[in-house]
Amino acid sequence: MTIITPIIVIALLGAVVWFVGQPLRAQVTDQDDRRDEGRIADLEAARDAKYRQIRDLEMDQRTGKLSDEDWRSLDRELRAEAVDLLSQLDQLTVPAEADRGATS
Amino acid sequence: MATVGQACLILALGSCLYGVGVSLVGARTGREALARSGRRALYALFLLALVAFLILEFAFLTSDFHYTVVASNSSTTTPWYYRLAAMWSSQAGSLLLWLTLAAGWSALCVVMLRGRLRDVAPYAVAVLLGFGAFFTAVMLFGASPFETVAVAPAEGVGLNPLLRYPSMMIHPVMLYSGYTLFTIPFAFAIGALIVRRVDAEWVRATRVYALAAWLALGIGVILGARWSYGELGWGGYWAWDPVENASLLPWLTGTAFLHSIKIQERRGMMKIWNASLVLATGTLAILGTFLVRSGVLDSIHAFIEEGKIIPWSFTTLVVVMIAGSVYLVITRRNDALRSESKLDSLLSREAAFLANNVVLVMIAFVVLWGTFFPLISEALTGTKEAVGPPWFDRYAVPLALILVLLSGIGPMIAWRRTSASLLWRSLRGPALVALLVALLSVVITPTSSQISAMIMFVVGAFAIAVCLQELWRGTRARMAMTGDGPLSSFRQLLSRNRARYGGFIIHIGIAVLFIGIAASSSFQNVRDVRLAVGEQATVAGYTFNRVKPTAQIDQRGGKLERINFGSQVRVTKDGKYVTTLAPSADYYPANGPMLGAVSTYFAGEATSEIGLQAGVTKDIWLAESPDISSLMPIVRRGDAVFAKAMKAGLAPQASSIFLAAALDGLVTRYRSSPPPSQFRIIVNPMVFWVWVGALIVFLGGLIAAWPAVGGVRDRVRARQAARVAKELGRV
Repeated sequence: MTIITPIIVIALLGAVVWFVGQPLRAQVTDQDDRRDEGRIADLEAARDAKYRQIRDLEMDQRTGKLSDEDWRSLDRELRAEAVDLLSQLDQLTVPAEADRGATS
Repeated sequence: MATVGQACLILALGSCLYGVGVSLVGARTGREALARSGRRALYALFLLALVAFLILEFAFLTSDFHYTVVASNSSTTTPWYYRLAAMWSSQAGSLLLWLTLAAGWSALCVVMLRGRLRDVAPYAVAVLLGFGAFFTAVMLFGASPFETVAVAPAEGVGLNPLLRYPSMMIHPVMLYSGYTLFTIPFAFAIGALIVRRVDAEWVRATRVYALAAWLALGIGVILGARWSYGELGWGGYWAWDPVENASLLPWLTGTAFLHSIKIQERRGMMKIWNASLVLATGTLAILGTFLVRSGVLDSIHAFIEEGKIIPWSFTTLVVVMIAGSVYLVITRRNDALRSESKLDSLLSREAAFLANNVVLVMIAFVVLWGTFFPLISEALTGTKEAVGPPWFDRYAVPLALILVLLSGIGPMIAWRRTSASLLWRSLRGPALVALLVALLSVVITPTSSQISAMIMFVVGAFAIAVCLQELWRGTRARMAMTGDGPLSSFRQLLSRNRARYGGFIIHIGIAVLFIGIAASSSFQNVRDVRLAVGEQATVAGYTFNRVKPTAQIDQRGGKLERINFGSQVRVTKDGKYVTTLAPSADYYPANGPMLGAVSTYFAGEATSEIGLQAGVTKDIWLAESPDISSLMPIVRRGDAVFAKAMKAGLAPQASSIFLAAALDGLVTRYRSSPPPSQFRIIVNPMVFWVWVGALIVFLGGLIAAWPAVGGVRDRVRARQAARVAKELGRV
């Protein structure tokens, strides 16, 4: 074992401790903004999934797998669900944007 | 550098344990800084594992035999590209590969999350770091890749000759990528269950990695099958071997999960089932790693090292994973996992997916039971009894037939509900194709006794016809909507709904693959025959004439690598020339204190170099096993002469020259008076389609997994949002 080896090992240890511990030294300022982020992300994912369903349903109807009557009723149902999701999203995102506008 | 490598592992273990701790505390207290520090511990784990991995790879590349693992699995005569891959032929090296891949994929996943799933992620990171801690600890306390000796041996043992095959360089990497990627959905499922948030966001995050894992594992399985077909000398690509089965198990449950998760995404149904499937898949992935390396089950693929592995540690890990999963699913069944809706109709895609899931899980159960039967029988009766391929075939074949049929029926049915008349309208064309194939099968196939193969041709043709019809109908619908040409519309079709149409392409590939398997396993002609030079044998109308012997010594870097004995075999049909095949057997030097200088080349097991003429309709496959018993008296005489010369103080330099001359004489002797050879001759129909089917599956998988282009998605979102807004105005 040469002298270089312990130097490398100590350097690695120092780098790991510095890198991993960095967030503990940094100040946390944006905690409040993140309160609703999980809920927003979930609603966005649900909205995207709903859009996919609407598109798939349309494709099913156009490729003859679904009658016009079934398509109309299911499409209406899905769109209502999408509207509901958008309303929920608006409630969470619009105030946050308004707050940001007020502070800037 | 071994000390630096070992230090990396120690630091990695420290990082993991610290990361598990701060992630859990961060998750419980909601302190973001702690969770962020936990994520950084994961990145640190990856960097440390990568450094350790590169140090070991460098040792293999430079043939540094101070490393025990290098001396035991490589040699200076091993080609450099096989030296790079030799690392994962060893126990310790494969564990380091696992750790590096797992840490790499996990770090990538956390980076890609970009702050989403903020409450679930710390728990998932803790689980992923827990896996990292486990594998690092196994290496540090059981099978260290950085174990060294003070005095390096002059030469290494060399890479296991069976592993000197191109696809074996990436087969383990793909397999381990699949296994390690499956731990990510597992970890996120644990996290989601702990915080009781098994929602759409979790579905979106989980599905991507499950699909990537499914793809990587599938490629690994196929590469393994290709290796078996081209290298193992028995002529097949699947033997229901425990290690093969171990890789198939998570792939099967992963396939079931990828289908059923769509039902949860659309209807909020089957949450318990999905959580159970993804947890089972993660556990089976760990079990797969365990089986390759433990030696608890006899396998031609298991490359174990006695006394190195710690079976109890893996057993403990699997038990903990099962117990934790069962606890979380049971305690969350009435809230987070409660179904949001019910099945509308049995004539719906949900019902078809459900049936497909049941079949896939049944196949997985059959494979699991058959694989572990030796352990079960030993526990119950005290005798270790294994079940063979006929047992697996008895259950797996009918289930596979139903699966392929369902892969054809599913795409024809709409979500929620469809009417019988509409279903029949979609079904007519493919049913007619299936009927035609049934008639053709009866007329063309040589025997009607292979009923299951005939049924597979029919249901396979049906599934292919359905999927092609769906692709065409979708393209036609796009053409009507946009007024574009067929090619442009087809491209748009794929890009607008990659999961759906990528899935249809996968179904086509699966049907092609199963047709290839059915044809090649049911209608193959096999004959084992002993031929002297000049003799011939006939198989399936082909005449195989052993024209002349071949023999040579392969050298690498001025050293003898192997001796190769084989034949040139001329193949004709009805007197017309078809091809000339050159099967052979390779003899590599073995290590052993009692072995002589010459006999060392014939002490180990010879590997087969297959003679193969692959074709669209059939493969002509030939393996040779020369009867070298007539050469052994000469080999023993050579040993005696060398032993005497060494005692007399023959210099090592002179020894190599004399050895080369002796082996050269042996080769000349083989050419001048060749002994008879045992040949396995196989005329195998439609194997080509097994590989083509697999390629189609992976193409479909890539399409399904390819991330949506941002611009397109944004435009779609905007358009859909406008439509929803319009609807809102109407309501």
